[in-house]
Amino acid sequence: MSEPLLSVQGLRKHFVQRKGFPRPRTIVVRAVEDVSFTIAPGEAFGLVGESGCGKSTAARALLRLIEPDAGQVTYRGQDVLAARGAELKALRRKMQIVFQDPYSSLDPRQTIGSALMEPMRVHGIATGREARARAAALLEEVGLPAAALDRLPHEFSGGQRQRIGVARALTLEPELIVADEPVSALDVSVQAQVLLVLKQLRARRGLSFLFVSHDLSVVRWFCDRVAVMYLGRIVEEGPAGRVLADPLHPYAKMLRDASPVPDPTRRGVLPRIVGEIPSAANPPPGCPFHPRCPQAMDVCSKVAPRWTVASGGGGVACHLHG
Amino acid sequence: MSAVVEAPPSPRVPARRKVLAKARSNPTTLAGAIICLLILAAAILAPWIAPHDPAEQDIMSRLAPPGGAYPLGTDQFGRDILSRLLWGARISLTVSLGAIALACVIGGAIGMVSGYIGGRFDLFVMQVMDVLLSFPSLILGLIVVALLGPDLANLVVAIALTAIAPFARIARAPTLALKERAFVEAGRALGFSHLRIVFRHILPNILPEVMVMASLWMATAVRVEASLSFIGLGVKPPTPTWGGMTRDGFENILDSPWLAVFPGLAILLLVLGLNLVGDGLRDATDPKLRNE
Repeated sequence: MSEPLLSVQGLRKHFVQRKGFPRPRTIVVRAVEDVSFTIAPGEAFGLVGESGCGKSTAARALLRLIEPDAGQVTYRGQDVLAARGAELKALRRKMQIVFQDPYSSLDPRQTIGSALMEPMRVHGIATGREARARAAALLEEVGLPAAALDRLPHEFSGGQRQRIGVARALTLEPELIVADEPVSALDVSVQAQVLLVLKQLRARRGLSFLFVSHDLSVVRWFCDRVAVMYLGRIVEEGPAGRVLADPLHPYAKMLRDASPVPDPTRRGVLPRIVGEIPSAANPPPGCPFHPRCPQAMDVCSKVAPRWTVASGGGGVACHLHG
Repeated sequence: MSAVVEAPPSPRVPARRKVLAKARSNPTTLAGAIICLLILAAAILAPWIAPHDPAEQDIMSRLAPPGGAYPLGTDQFGRDILSRLLWGARISLTVSLGAIALACVIGGAIGMVSGYIGGRFDLFVMQVMDVLLSFPSLILGLIVVALLGPDLANLVVAIALTAIAPFARIARAPTLALKERAFVEAGRALGFSHLRIVFRHILPNILPEVMVMASLWMATAVRVEASLSFIGLGVKPPTPTWGGMTRDGFENILDSPWLAVFPGLAILLLVLGLNLVGDGLRDATDPKLRNE
């Protein structure tokens, strides 16, 4: 395997809250406990899991939008977590983010043109006429007319705004795009549009993606490799085809079975999902999944499973495969 | 890709103009605006439209009743009340505009920065503001003027000080909401400095609320200035001020009521006008009433 573009090792983010009166208790929410993965140049890496499993937090922590507590993030060999000032600003050019909510991701009082030209100006890429020409070209790339430059965000639909968000992420010509649930807030028909735009960009510009989503069918279509997250940990990782079609970890199986397959001949009985995702403030001992796991054994509640390399590529953290 | 939907070619009406149109359609707001504009015009044009020099004393016609050469009468020194009112409008407007502008800039910046930084810093700053807020504005103005001495600049500072805390609060609340929005996070991801995010992206979004507050507080500033002048802590005589004139006329309220009544009416009118405009602006910028 070639030199990875992005490498994340042991990333951890705990949120500390103090609650209660008169005797406040300290609650530690272990949003991201231990996350490691690598993304190769040009690769689309999916991060899937239920709401609250820490996937968005992990994405933000590796971009330093929130400061992680521990771990190592290297981008082309450069330490991301140690970068300061100009160094960090230079790294920001390389890694951009597309947000979930297209309604809050654009400044409501800034025209689209201004929103696209401002980053170019801040990073000294282009100014004035050249910046405007670049902004128009970016809009065209995401399928919007240049006339959109002088308009305000409220004049656009959710899907259009999301494409503007993508264009803004491209203003700095990044190599890696972190897409945090980029289509979850959109209608299904519009989802397809935005996904097509992303896929075209990926092909045309050779972009790498960290694609955070809870939608397995979207991830299956978009990503080369997938990691399944549960309670702040990656429980299984591997090529998208293998992990999503033939998962090893019981949780990944459950996710796959819960995701509807658009084929009436393969209609099956939806499996019952047992219980709720436990609170990240009070994770269970041993394997975090054991209280919900249909195949739980005695050892699961006592010992955390080790990472085991899987035969089809990737790996899994489960005592069944240890 | 064929499914690209063109942005609907809606006629672009800037939000600002929409707000003004809405404010205009309200008759009470319109009345308030007319009052304010008339008083502003009177203040600006005072040197040309005042029939007499405001300091000119006509000893022969002291305490003259309204009418004749002195449309609103004269005071105990024989000075023309109308001329003094016109010139006094300049003081009232200068002091209140200056004070509110100062409070708006300082208070607004404090509130925005405090809300943006958050945490213990925010807690500390807001508690300081609460202490400031616990003084009635007149008392605080009194203390400052008593300490610094009564002149125009000190008066502006004194009144500004009383208004900083409310501006800080009004600027902080929407900042707290805005900094959680994804576009602020996007700014950070794009490598924008915190200063740029606060002043380029948060400021324009809280400005309408701060401006409404400013128009309402203008009225308070006029009132405080008049009150301070009334108790003798305003601009020194013989400079005409509405509060000072009311006080001077107070001694003769029974036999020559016009001395106190006309400046009192002028204060009333200006405060009323400013409040009407402020209310109208507030309604017009209320997002619940503004249907996008």
